[in-house]
Amino acid sequence: MADTHKQLAKEIERIAELVLRLSRADETEVDITAATDALTRFANNTIHQNVAERTISISVRAVTDGRTARASTNKSDDDSLCRAVESAVSLARNEPKTPGLLPMLEQQKYQKVSRFFAATAQTTPRDRARAVAKVCKMAEKNRQTAAGIYVSGSSQSLLANSRGLFARYEQTRSEFSVTVLEENSSGWAKSNSPDIRAIDPLALAESASRKAAESRQPREIPPGRYTAILSPSAVLDLVGFLFYDFAGTAVLDKRSCLNGRIGKKIFGDNITIWDDAYHPLQSGPAFDGEGVPRQKVLLVDRGVPKNLVYARSTAKKMKAKPTGHGFSLPNEYGEAPMNLVFAGGDKSIDEMVRSTDRGILVTRLWYIREVDPYEKILTGMTRDGTFLIENGGIAGGIRNFRFNQSIIEMLANVEALGPAVRAAGEESFEMVVPAMKIRDFHFSEVTKF
Amino acid sequence: MRDWAASALETAKRRGARYADARVMDIRSREISTKNGEVGTLAESESLGIGIRVIAEGAWGFSSTDRLMREGIDACAAEAVAIAKASALAKRENVSLAPEKSYVDTWQNPFLKDPFRIPVESQIALLLAADKEMRRVKGITLAEGSMSFRRIEQLFVSSIGSSIHQIKMQSGAGIVATSFAGSEIQKRSYPNSFGGQHMLQGYELIESLDLVGNAQRIAEECVALHSAAQCPEGRKTIILGSSQLGLQIHESIGHPIELDRVLGMEANFAGMSFLTTEKLRKLKYGSDIVNVVADARLEHGPGLGTFAYDDEGVPAQCTPIITNGLFTGYLTSRETAAAVGEKRSGGTVRCESWNRLPMIRMTNVSINPGAWEYDDLIADTDDAILMETNRSWSIDDKRYHFQFSTEIGWEIKGGKVGRMIKNPSYSGITTEFWNSCDAICSRGHWTLWGTPNCGKGQPQQTMGTGHGASPARFRDVRVGVAFSK
Repeated sequence: MADTHKQLAKEIERIAELVLRLSRADETEVDITAATDALTRFANNTIHQNVAERTISISVRAVTDGRTARASTNKSDDDSLCRAVESAVSLARNEPKTPGLLPMLEQQKYQKVSRFFAATAQTTPRDRARAVAKVCKMAEKNRQTAAGIYVSGSSQSLLANSRGLFARYEQTRSEFSVTVLEENSSGWAKSNSPDIRAIDPLALAESASRKAAESRQPREIPPGRYTAILSPSAVLDLVGFLFYDFAGTAVLDKRSCLNGRIGKKIFGDNITIWDDAYHPLQSGPAFDGEGVPRQKVLLVDRGVPKNLVYARSTAKKMKAKPTGHGFSLPNEYGEAPMNLVFAGGDKSIDEMVRSTDRGILVTRLWYIREVDPYEKILTGMTRDGTFLIENGGIAGGIRNFRFNQSIIEMLANVEALGPAVRAAGEESFEMVVPAMKIRDFHFSEVTKF
Repeated sequence: MRDWAASALETAKRRGARYADARVMDIRSREISTKNGEVGTLAESESLGIGIRVIAEGAWGFSSTDRLMREGIDACAAEAVAIAKASALAKRENVSLAPEKSYVDTWQNPFLKDPFRIPVESQIALLLAADKEMRRVKGITLAEGSMSFRRIEQLFVSSIGSSIHQIKMQSGAGIVATSFAGSEIQKRSYPNSFGGQHMLQGYELIESLDLVGNAQRIAEECVALHSAAQCPEGRKTIILGSSQLGLQIHESIGHPIELDRVLGMEANFAGMSFLTTEKLRKLKYGSDIVNVVADARLEHGPGLGTFAYDDEGVPAQCTPIITNGLFTGYLTSRETAAAVGEKRSGGTVRCESWNRLPMIRMTNVSINPGAWEYDDLIADTDDAILMETNRSWSIDDKRYHFQFSTEIGWEIKGGKVGRMIKNPSYSGITTEFWNSCDAICSRGHWTLWGTPNCGKGQPQQTMGTGHGASPARFRDVRVGVAFSK
């Protein structure tokens, strides 16, 4: 594996050098990612899908006479690389000048991040199948049905340009997600990590199994405003919709909910948020789409939005410093924080339940969409384990709710926080968030199961 | 392409596959976007590779590669078989496929103008012209436009002897005007939201849309929304514009009829379906005037769900989904058709790219036109809200409870279109909603909309689907709940 890994690194380097040599553009940037990914999928207590892929993406950005465009290919022969370069140059030549286009970056210094684990990269289909077989056996023993995925993969990438920038990144990834079903109830659990040894599929499946059992025969209770205790996954999927509002470009475009709200206290004292690519529970490279080193940025300080993130050109327009959050050019969205870390608290979910007279415990949210972009009202459904809390205890499963809730209002109503953990959901990429106890969460309608 | 595919089948067979198929796909795309008078994205990409799917020891395996030399393809086919054998460690029964004939054929969708041969500067100029028209309207704070083109050439071969070569050309474009004022962001899109209109056509589609001619109108509507009346809360008659009805079909009919979802294969992610198998030919899905088909044939129109053969080598078909209100059919694959005792797959399996496993996807799931002329429908309506152009959509994981909001609405009073309504929304339970449909407009008002961004599966795949619809009326629907306090 080590040899193959090194060979691939050399091959990526060879392609980058070749592209830069072939190009006659004023400036050239090449972004290469080679990845191997595998996913074992199971349902009805059996593996029904088991896939693997090996891919390479070679993306070339050319600058010519103040114009820039991009062309990508997955073919690494000389002719195809030559065609990609020519295509990028040709596209650029045929567009108007790009206002505010900056020269490409020169070589930068990056903080080291270690996110490649051989144990993950070496995981085989049989390893994943054996773990899944144990999960299916557990479900069968409990007269339940399990469905889910077990993923492992690795990638290497290189961003280089004709002004000498040379930025490498390698990572592994693993993920296990499981839904355990009974006739009229279900439970869910999910975890991911660059290190597959941090994932315990059977323990996750047992947790999902307990939730399915505890939410049997769900009863219908009327919609309304309830105290809600949200798992870290549920919190993640909601607050993930705030990411882009912290982009300088979103504020310039007047499509951010933070327009007119920077420096004003809009959330509770207990809400502090950073973007921090170097946090031990985070993943991703130490540089952005142009190669700018990522900075740690304090986005929200005790309820007050303090700072935005900026790509290079946005920073220039807004008289700020680039923070290392830009997307690959050219693009119209600018930048976004990609490594959010919330300040956590010290309350466990059990403690939150014990302190609640009447409320709703939510495992997972689903199909979340933005209803109002400025008040940040989101709608969506609860799913796979929704419980009524009465007198400090779980009173049983309930039918799933639809919610229509302003996230700004929600973060002003947080009564308790759990420890911040690396959470995985469905609507957002992973970040470090706590469980939250929230007063007056608006559940607007109820469904039939 | 043929040599690579043949080599894959040969290796898979030699390694112990009982069944194998291979898809070589060569995909070319162009993306252009503009924002406030400047070019945003300008990019082209190409992707070529092979996906190999096998059944060995009674279980599925799939592997894909872009290393298209003999050694790379052999390794990929061998890996697919090894994965299938690993899958067999956790199998309950052997995979069984509904029978299908073998086909040797070639097909290309008709189009007039190859969008990749249209100079990129004229494509940018068109978007910038529409952008300028939108920004001429005072109060517009953001003007955006986009175009995308995709050419998909694919060769499917299978161990039962099929060899099918298809070329599909897709085009799409749209514009959006946004206005921020006070504490409100309002938006209007044309011809549809979230990327505009997309079809299996060439550049003639873009020219037919008249983006520039509609830019000022949507910008003015966008600004006017700030001073429009808020959508009321309560139960009302609603009339949905055809693009919104297309999305309503997508979410509350198209997804629940996917048989893999019904059988639990999507339970962990996309969810399941309320349409359990005992409901087939028994459930009253909609009112008597509701007739819905899943039609992948070209005669239905050049939709994003149109093709000659699906990605399992099954010919395009038209399946009646709802017939005079009765639930009559699922979207099926060879595996799921066999699982429920159907004689043949409905031919609805597709994959996003060569590195993705083919799965059941909507084709063109469309409501048949009704008898009403649009003006007559308005004149026949006493008190209602007309809602147009989707703004948000959400539905539960069994596809029962939905909520949609649209960009704009108008009050209908006494058979006439009245004042503008902002922030319209409606919600309901799928079967109750479709049973409340009492009027559907005629063929002249019917449009085959393209939804280019339907997500499903793990790893998630994005697929284009088609939805033909004309404006329709629904009685006693809950409105306004999205903004309720």
